[in-house]
Parts: sequence; C-alpha cells; structure tokens
Amino acid sequence: MYTTELKDKNQKSAALSVADEDPEKLAAFEARVAADDFIEPKDWMPEAYRKTLIRQISQHAHSEIVGMLPEGNWITRAPNLRRKAILLAKVQDEGGHGLYLYAAAETLGISREEMIEALHSGRAKYSTIFNYPTLTWADIGAIGWLVDGAAIMNQVPLQRTSYGPYARAMVRICKEESFHQRQGYEIMCVLAAGTPEQKRMAQDALNRWWWPSLMMFGPPDDKSPNTAQSVRWRIKRETNDELRQKFVDVTVPQAEAIGLRVPDPALKWDEARGAYDFGDINWEEFYAVVRGEGATAKERIQARTSAWEDGAWVREAAATHASKRAMRLAAE
Amino acid sequence: MTEEDVVAENPILHHALRLGDDALILGQRLSEWCGHAPMLELDLALANIGLDLIGQATHFLNLASEIEGKGRDADALAFHRDVLDFRNCLLVEQPNGDFAQTIARQFLFSNWQELLMREIAAAPEPRLSAIGAKAVKEIAYHARFASEWVVRLGDGTDESRARLIAGLDWMWRFVDELFDPKDGAPSLRADWDARIARTLAEASLELPKPRRGIVGGRSGHHSEHLGHLLSEMQFLQRAYPGATW
Ligand SMILES: [Fe+2]
Ligand SMILES: [Fe+2]
Ligand SMILES: [Fe+2]
Repeated sequence: MYTTELKDKNQKSAALSVADEDPEKLAAFEARVAADDFIEPKDWMPEAYRKTLIRQISQHAHSEIVGMLPEGNWITRAPNLRRKAILLAKVQDEGGHGLYLYAAAETLGISREEMIEALHSGRAKYSTIFNYPTLTWADIGAIGWLVDGAAIMNQVPLQRTSYGPYARAMVRICKEESFHQRQGYEIMCVLAAGTPEQKRMAQDALNRWWWPSLMMFGPPDDKSPNTAQSVRWRIKRETNDELRQKFVDVTVPQAEAIGLRVPDPALKWDEARGAYDFGDINWEEFYAVVRGEGATAKERIQARTSAWEDGAWVREAAATHASKRAMRLAAE
Repeated sequence: MTEEDVVAENPILHHALRLGDDALILGQRLSEWCGHAPMLELDLALANIGLDLIGQATHFLNLASEIEGKGRDADALAFHRDVLDFRNCLLVEQPNGDFAQTIARQFLFSNWQELLMREIAAAPEPRLSAIGAKAVKEIAYHARFASEWVVRLGDGTDESRARLIAGLDWMWRFVDELFDPKDGAPSLRADWDARIARTLAEASLELPKPRRGIVGGRSGHHSEHLGHLLSEMQFLQRAYPGATW
C-alpha cells in the first residue's frame, strides 16, 4: 500500500528524466517491461527507474513500520484475549512487511540504515494515514477495515509490478492483508451492533478515518506528475483515481450493511457509471500532512527515533559479539 | 468459602491459574515493546513470544474456568480479577526496563517455564498435559532466544555487559519464588541452576550473589507494578461493563 509517490523534500523536478540513458538499452528495457517481463536486480535499468523504485519501496517500508505505532497503541488495551492475540499478530505482520520491503529496496543498492536515516531526518516520507491518532478501540477496527482495505486495492495490482523483488514481496504481503481487512471489519460489525457507546465509537471512527483513507491513494491523476511514466514502467498498474473509485465502490456498501453512515453528503450511486459519485477531497489537508503537519506526526517520528537511538547499544553489542566470535573461531 | 479455599481444594485449578497468569502477564509485558524494539527483527521476535504466551494463557485460563465452574470464562478471569486474585509469580510482572532487563527476565523465566512445562506435559493430568505438550516447543524457542541474547550482551560491549548485569540484578530477587517449597517447583532447582550457570559462563558473567528472595505472587501479594499493568489491560472491560467486543 501507501505507494502514493510522495515527493521527497529535495526532489525538484517531478518526472525523472531518461534523457541521458543509452537509447538502445532503454528501448530493450522498455520492451521487456511492456511484455510484462520481470526486471531483476542484476539487469540493466534506467537510473530514473531505480530511483523511483527506491523511493516508492522505501516509502512503503517506512509506512509499514510507522504504521505499527497507531495500532500498537491499543495492543496493551485490547478488550479480550482473542482481540489481543489478533492485533498483536496483525502488527507483527506489518513489521514483517517492513522487513521484506527493506530487503527488496536493498537489492537496488541502498542500505536499510540509509533508508532509516532518511525517515528519521524527515527526508523520506511515509503514508499520511499514520499521522492520525487512535483514540478509541473502534479506531483499530477502522484501520483494519479502511486502511488495510485501501492497502489491498493498491497492492493487488503491484503483485504484477515490473521489478521482480518488489512483486514477490507484494505476493507475500497481499496474502496477509486480507486477514487484516477482515479482522478490522469484524471489529466494526461487533461495535456497530453493540451498546450505544460502542455504536458512537464506531461512527466516530468512520467519520475521522474516511477522508484520510481516500487520500491514501495519492493526489488526483491530473496532479500526479509521475503517473504516466510509472504506469508505462509497470511500477504502478492503475492510477490513483481508478484505485480510489474502486475503494469507494467496495467500501460504501460495507458501511451500509452494518448501519454506519459514510460522512459524505455528496455520496450517491450513479446508475449510468455503475459507480459512486463522491464529494471533493480536501487536498489542502493532504498536502499539510505530507509536509509533516499531521496531528501525530511529531509523536510518530519521535517514537521511531527514540526506539532506534535507545536501541543503538543493542545493535552495537550484537555486532561486537559477532566479530569477537569470528576472531575466536579464526584463532582456533 | 473464600477464593483461597477454593484454590487450595483443587490443585489442578491452582496450577491452571498460576500457569495462565504467568503467561498472560508476561505476554502483556512483551506486547508493550511492539513498535519500539532496538531493531525490526527484535520487534518481530518479542511480538512472537508475546503471542505464544497469550495463546498459552488462553488455554490455561479456559481450563481454569472449566474447573472452577462459576461461569467465568477466560476473559472474565483475565479482565475482571484484581491484584489479590492474580496468581502469577513476581518475576513476570517486573517492568520491561531496557532491552537487557527484558532479556534477563525472559532468560530466568523461560528456562524455568521450559523445565516445568516438560514435567507437566509428561504428567498424568490429561487436560494440563495436553496444553503443556504444545507449549513446550514454543517455550524451548523462547529460552534459546533469551539465552543467545544473554551471551551477546554479556560478551558484547562494556555497556551491554553492564546493562545486563543490572538487569539480572533487578530480577534475581524473584528467582526463589519459582522454586518455593510450597508454591513453586523445588525439584527443578538443580537443573535450572545448571542451565543458568552454563549460559552465564558462556557470556563470561558471574552468577549474581544470593540474596533474600521476595515471594507473595502466588498468594496474591504482588509488587506495585501489577496494579498498573492491570489498570491498562482491563481498561475497556472495566469502563464498559457488560459490552461484548
Ligand atoms: Fe502495506
Ligand atoms: Fe502491511
Ligand atoms: Fe496490513
């Protein structure tokens, strides 16, 4: 998920240029991609392709890791043993996704440390969705239902993305995302059928998470400068607006089925299109969150940075022990 | 009849509650790490151990509920008892501290829990042994994981060594309770001592000095830490009585 192609801070020109590439190699590359061949780490690739992929995969990896925090906020307060186990397993899966994705990005010639440093310094982005707070237990339901639901929309087409290691990581990840979505929706079903307080929690969570979830698909196509090239390179397989529409069409009936109201007065079924019309998205809000002005942006980065800094002595100890051991073995 | 009398009368209930509470409280502690560990691999490992423990807790508390026959299910036992009725050992409720303190706790506990669970898996009580047999494999991994980290930290840098010594020092007071003649497993002491000594030697650490053991967890007299853990864990069940989730 989370492949919203957020521009990094220092990235001036939107569409990365292929002007300097060897035209013959470029043509061969484009032909392979057009034929739905997988590109592997040792294959020739245009620099712009490599850079775009590093940005996209590392943003995705960071999103998985930062995404552990809003849900992690409720593991210790989960309401019963079953929910606690499911949530812990779910958040553990997200960590696993981060691990596969960092590994996939590393095949493009960047280290995990470099990527993490970019995240902590604010140079690298992660999905805007994780800069909103989880206030009640219903937020855990809403995240699974909407955020993982949106992730599935985004990620299913990426299982056929042109870069082999990324596509294979996506296959593993997608297997787990549908369980994430189901457990979230199930939480919402139970709350929506629960006490008046529980219904209120559920509706309030939908009210707060609906629009940010739609923003997860990224800017509208006419404001998304890299889309054409990314679609041609099979880094993206469907545009932001196409995926957003799909998500709305799948999700609205799910809300109605459990008696929750989608917080959009303009929402209405369009018979002719066979799709829902929906209201305007507040893109000002989206860009503000991209700039790091989200409600919990500081908390999220602070949590990641202190975990990393507080753990430095552990990583150092492990490395020191490993080299001591290697030296002892060599001396034997 | 008080809760104490009921427990004293039924040794299987007694075991199921102690084993369930140990696993639940340590699982809860480990889940506090989620998203905050020193590296991603450790986030995954600690969550994994926590998950195993919450699974064990569910099985043992289900059994306790069945034997008790009062219509309190495992969730009622976990979320509606207060400090005086929890039967876990003091060791598992100790705060995470830094990673070394967490590892020290896991090392001492998992090695004990593995020996105990092997015994339970082989014991004639079929309901306990069925749970024990499945848990043994999980716990053997927890003990190996913790022991390997004891060696890494002990034989790592000066800082990691000092932190591990401090972590063991924090936890060592609560070891005797595990082998208490009345409420513990005194017959396991020799095996446990040997395991601990072997790993500490590999980490080139000395055994902590013997000290006065603190006990009380098995009879509901806990440290101050447990009440805070429970108030967080039980929040939703307490704030919305009667709701289902
Ligand atoms: Fe994802
Ligand atoms: Fe994920
Ligand atoms: Fe997920």
